[in-house]
Amino acid sequence: MPELNAFLAMGGYGVYVWSAYAVTGLVLGLLVLASLRARQSMRASLEEAELTSPRRRAR
Amino acid sequence: MAKALHRLANPARFLRIAAPLLPWTAAGAAACIGAGLWFGLVDSPPDYQQGDAARIMYVHVPAAWNALAGYAGLALASAVALVWRHPLALVAARCIAPIGACFTVIALATGSLWGHPMWGTWWVWDARLTSVVILLFLYLGYMALIHAFDEQETGERAATVLALIGAVNLPVIKFSVDWWNTLHQPASILRMDGPSIDPAMLLPLFLMAGGFTLLFVCLIIIRMQTELARRRVLALRRAALAMPQASDA
Repeated sequence: MPELNAFLAMGGYGVYVWSAYAVTGLVLGLLVLASLRARQSMRASLEEAELTSPRRRAR
Repeated sequence: MAKALHRLANPARFLRIAAPLLPWTAAGAAACIGAGLWFGLVDSPPDYQQGDAARIMYVHVPAAWNALAGYAGLALASAVALVWRHPLALVAARCIAPIGACFTVIALATGSLWGHPMWGTWWVWDARLTSVVILLFLYLGYMALIHAFDEQETGERAATVLALIGAVNLPVIKFSVDWWNTLHQPASILRMDGPSIDPAMLLPLFLMAGGFTLLFVCLIIIRMQTELARRRVLALRRAALAMPQASDA
């Protein structure tokens, strides 16, 4: 597959180009994951706190 | 009493508006970044001087723009929090900081990966690069300060002041390439006489910039939902402590 190899080689700059995109994907991916997980666990805490609260949520 | 209602109503209204917005910003971010990756990596010409290394631009420049815009948002939200004591502004500022810090890290890392093949060095302490490192420290300093005190309000006040003072750094970053001699190239998009790069390179650049910005908005909403939930949990626990006999029932 010469086309794929040429694409991956990026004219000799492959290591730099793919590292840059990998770093970007990794940082953003971890940030999204951490944000979603934090929201999930905080919503669970909120549900628990509302159940045990004497002051029921006014709708 | 009116003030108390005002304080309560605004986060609630924010949550009502933000929740339906979230899937749209997420889908928009995914579509823009997906298309940006296609045009950036596959369907655009290599630069006539830098070859395929120039493709690093499509993540580096949008990340740097978002790092700067994020700080502008942090400073603005801090100003609103300080002047009008708007509680939601403080929540927004607190949620912007870690996202902006991540975009700054990306800008620095991809810039370094671009600098090595082009300039022959991973790093130089010149004006542009140094001022962006200061931007990262401002973000990290804000995040550290806001958690540094037992009394939440003390930390918030200190962090707010830091955010406002740090705004001085924004024009320094923007104009550092004009004011000082630097290895970093001058602006090629945001300049008085219009962009100086090929339209085929502008398309993936703007797609990625739009995608990153939508992702930023998306993350702000998610983190503000989390922070508002945290505040509500704290308020409920405090209320439960105030009425122990009722919570047993």
